[in-house]
Formats: sequence, structure tokens, C-alpha cells
Amino acid sequence: MDLSLGLLVEQVFNGLQLGMILFLMAVGVTLTFGVMNLINLAHGSILMVGAFLIAFAASKVQSFVLAILLAMVMVFVLSWIVEKLLVHHLYAKTHLDQVLATFGLSIVLNDGVIMIWGREPLYVNLPSWLEGPVQLTPDFNYPLYRLAITGVAVVAGLMLWFLLTQTRLGMQIRAGAEKREMIGALGVNINFLFTAVFAMSAILAALGGMMLGPMLSVQSGMGDPLLILSLAVVVIGGIGSLKGALYAALMVGLVDTLGRMLWPHVFGALVGNIISNASIYILMAIVIAIKPNGLLGRRI
Amino acid sequence: MENSKDLQPLRSSTWKLKWVFGFILLVALCIPLLDQPYYTKLVARIAVFAIAAVSLDLLVGFCGRVSLGHAAFFGIGVYTVGILGQFGVNHMAWVIATALLAAGLIGCFVGAISLRSSGLYFIFITLAFSQMIFFVAQGLRMFGGDDGFRLPMATVWIEGVDLSQPRVLAYTMVSILLGLLYIAHRLMGSNFGRVILASRDNARKVNSLGLRPYPYQLSLFTISACMCALGGVGFANLNEYVSPASISWVQSGEFLFMVILGSAGTLLGPVLGAATFVCLEQVLSAWTEYWMFYLGIILMLRVLFLKTGLLGLMTKGSD
Repeated sequence: MDLSLGLLVEQVFNGLQLGMILFLMAVGVTLTFGVMNLINLAHGSILMVGAFLIAFAASKVQSFVLAILLAMVMVFVLSWIVEKLLVHHLYAKTHLDQVLATFGLSIVLNDGVIMIWGREPLYVNLPSWLEGPVQLTPDFNYPLYRLAITGVAVVAGLMLWFLLTQTRLGMQIRAGAEKREMIGALGVNINFLFTAVFAMSAILAALGGMMLGPMLSVQSGMGDPLLILSLAVVVIGGIGSLKGALYAALMVGLVDTLGRMLWPHVFGALVGNIISNASIYILMAIVIAIKPNGLLGRRI
Repeated sequence: MENSKDLQPLRSSTWKLKWVFGFILLVALCIPLLDQPYYTKLVARIAVFAIAAVSLDLLVGFCGRVSLGHAAFFGIGVYTVGILGQFGVNHMAWVIATALLAAGLIGCFVGAISLRSSGLYFIFITLAFSQMIFFVAQGLRMFGGDDGFRLPMATVWIEGVDLSQPRVLAYTMVSILLGLLYIAHRLMGSNFGRVILASRDNARKVNSLGLRPYPYQLSLFTISACMCALGGVGFANLNEYVSPASISWVQSGEFLFMVILGSAGTLLGPVLGAATFVCLEQVLSAWTEYWMFYLGIILMLRVLFLKTGLLGLMTKGSD
């Protein structure tokens, strides 16, 4: 493999794109923690459910955009139900209980999709208008779909920023993340706010799954590695910090993608592969060892 | 500490419990005599998971730190048996010594960094370390990589008595479990254990008494890692297979489930939890291929409705 400039640029693009998808996941993790004091290990499974639903919807309707909207609505309804039935009762419980219950939810979802769709991985066909490469510079082509993913993630990020900073709901969410007890005392409907934040987190994770669907094979457990990566992102950025999640997600995306290219060159195939697989966790261990509350986190 | 309200004080002296566990022990010791390999292996399996669960309980219940990465040390035990076996070393003494040494060193290192944090960060950082060890195991191409490899030779006590015989395996693991329970019980009753418990409940007070909890907690973490590795040694011999799956985060979650199902902070609770878990796993997987689905539902119900675990359920009447 040659370390050419074109390859490097492509890998940087891939890294930023992984970073954006991780950010969509990490926002959910860090918001549910910041606002509801809830740690949700089922977040990766929600991403997986998003991917399954897009595969299902795309096989039923012709239009890809319509399929995405359909899948979104299904995720919204599902997450609302899950919040009311299970998650709602976890807010007041200990972290240990939350870890266990959401771990349980995660294996229920992981096995649930097998019960419905079987063990064979599903594939999502790309619509023709998203296929093929796009020429960015005269000698640099990049797959259009991957570019579209980055675009969608950036738009989702901007919409989230608008929602959180420019609307009343967003103000309440940020206030809740700052001081939970206070916002309840000020007469904000906490129950509605919590359900809304949970549903929003679920939709963002599912959106990540929908975008990954056409690139990966859609199968049970596909969200688990991403969940663990996004937990690493949240820890590096500081639990509860949105800005920290953004920086850490981009950092993790780049470290992971570029590391996979670089380390095997430096250390040889065997050691290099091990290091590049573990690089995120090494980064996280270093951050925690130096700043136990993450880069932008406050003490919890 | 955030989760201490969940925990029960040590109540192993209740007469009802003594009878129940005496009975369970008797059954466990008698089953291998029946010459039914399936049930004998079941006893071994319960003992293996109980060892891991008890070692995790030392952290969760007594130290007040929830680890979601304990499968890493379990996996170190598993890989010790496998890798030593590939080099033709399979005597029990060597296997155990190496497993303890490896788990002790790595446990001490992981603990030294993780124990700087607490609460959620501790959960995540132990998870991260176990993922690191998972990827190292997955990257070891000469040792099977992602697929793992068949155990080349079972661990032997003496010529002709080895852990591939279900009866030997069951008795070995039950004895190790009893030994570890005794050690853990003595440890937690000692001054060392009192410092651990006191730092769980009020670290600031312990500090003001002129004690630093950190060295105590690090020792406990290392001991816990070593114990868990012994479970891994049994697990490799039980499955006769070595694979990175034994280090996965799902495995860590299952250990945590066993501890909580039984009742954390009680030593006997995790044993009960492990036994219940293994029996559930056998019954459910015989009944449906989607047994994990139902296991997950049981897990959620446990959290929502059964506040003190199975042990709490049993001791309720005798308070």
C-alpha cells in the first residue's frame, strides 16, 4: 500500500464521516445521561433497529426518501413505547440497575430482529441517484453515497444545534442537563421532556443505522461495536458535554481511520492491526488517566 | 456511593441460608457420582461462572465499583490454558501459576488506572480495557484470531487425572469455588475488608481517619482479577475451546447479571445467581433458539420488580 496524498485525503474523509456517525450516537448517550441521568446500553441496538427498519421499508416502498421517513416514524413510535414501558422507570434507579436493564433491552432487541427477520444479513439497495463516484478534484474520486452520509450527518448536527440553542424545548433540555431538579421546580413538564429527549436520541441513533445500512450488511448486533465506540467518545469528551462529544467524535473517527492505515506500516501487520483495533481504547485510557472527567466534562 | 443503597449487609449467618447452601453443595457434590456427563458438566459450568461472579461481587458489592469489563480477566484464564497448551505445558500447577501471574499483572495495571475514576466513568473505562484485551486476543492470528482454536490438551493434575474428565473438572471447580469463597469471606471480615467497606460507604471519612482507600482498592481489584482468571481456566477446559467470545462485553454483562440476580455484596448471592443463570440458559435454550430474548426480559423484570435479588427474596422471612 502506498501512502499517497489522494489516499490520505480519502481516509481523512472516511474518518470525519465515521466521526459524524459516532457523534449522532454520542449525542444520544450524552444527552440521556445529562438530562435524565440515565446510562443507556441499548443505544447500539436502536441503531441496529434503524438499519433493519430502513431495509424493511426500502423493500416495501419504491422511493428511498419515503422509506427513510417511514423508518423514522417507526423508530419514533417504538422509542416512545420503550420509554413509557421500561426506561421511564429507570431514571430514579442506580447506574447499576440502569446498566443491567438497558443491557437486557439490548439483548432483547438483538434477538428480536432475528425472530422477525432471521439470521441472514439483509442488504439495502442504494437508489440509483446515490450510486457511483463523484469527482472532487481531477484525480480524486469519492463515492457519492459516502459524501451524502457526511452531508446528512452535518445537516442533522446543524438541526440539533438549532433545536438546542434556538428553541424553547432546546432551552429546557439544556437547562435540564445543567440542573435537573431546578427545571422541574420551575414547572416544566419533566415527563414530556424526558420522553422527548429519549425519542430524539433514538431517532439520531437510528439515523446513523439507516445511513450505515447500505454500506454494511444489516444484521443482529451490528450496533454493539458502535455503541462501545460512542461510549468511548462520550468518556473522552466528558459525560454530559455536547461540545465535548463533537470534538471527541471527530478525534476518534480520525484516530481510528488513519490509525488503520498508519500503524500496520509502522509496526508491521500483526502488531499494527492489534494497535489499530485498540487505538481508541488506548486514547481513552490516556485521557482518563490524565483527566478523569474527560476533556470537557465536569465532575459527576 | 451511589449504589450502596442497593446493597445488603453481610447476612450469611441466617440459618435458612446455611441449610439451603448446604443442600445445594450436597447436590453439587453428589451429581458427579451419578455418571451423567451432561449434569456433571452442568455442575462444573455453574462453579466456573460462580467463581467469576463471586470475584466480580468483590468489586461491585464490597468495593462499590461496577465493572463492565470483568470478562477480560476471565479471558486471560481461558487464553492461558490455550496458549500454554499450544506449547505443550498443561500441568495444573503451571497453568494456575501463569494465569494468576498474568491476571495479577494486567489486573494491577488496569485497576491502577480505572480506580482513579468512579461511578459511570469506572463502568466505561473497565469496558474499554476489556475491549482492548478483546482486540488483542482477536488480533493474535497464530492463536486463531477471531475464530479461536480448539484446546490442544486438557489441564492435568497428575498422569491420568485431567480436566477433560467431567467428574474431575466438576470437583476441581467446586473446590476452587469453595476455597475462593472462604478466602473472600475471611478477607472481607478482616481489617482490610473493613477499610474496603468503609471507603465504599464514605470515602471522605476514611481519608480523614488517615487511610488512603486507593492501595486497598487496588489490592482488591488485583485479587478479584486473579480469582476471575481461575474461572477462565475452568471454562477453557469445559468448552475445550478458546475464543475471544469469552472476553466480549456481553460476557461481562452476563457476569454482572449473575451478581445482581443473586444479590450484590453477599458472596453467596452471586453463587445463587450463577446457578440460576446457568439453569435458565439450559432450560430456555432447550425450549427456544431465541433464549437470549427471554433472558433479556428476565433481566429487565429483575431490575424493575425484584429489588434485593434472589438472596433477598430468600432471607425476607427470617429477618
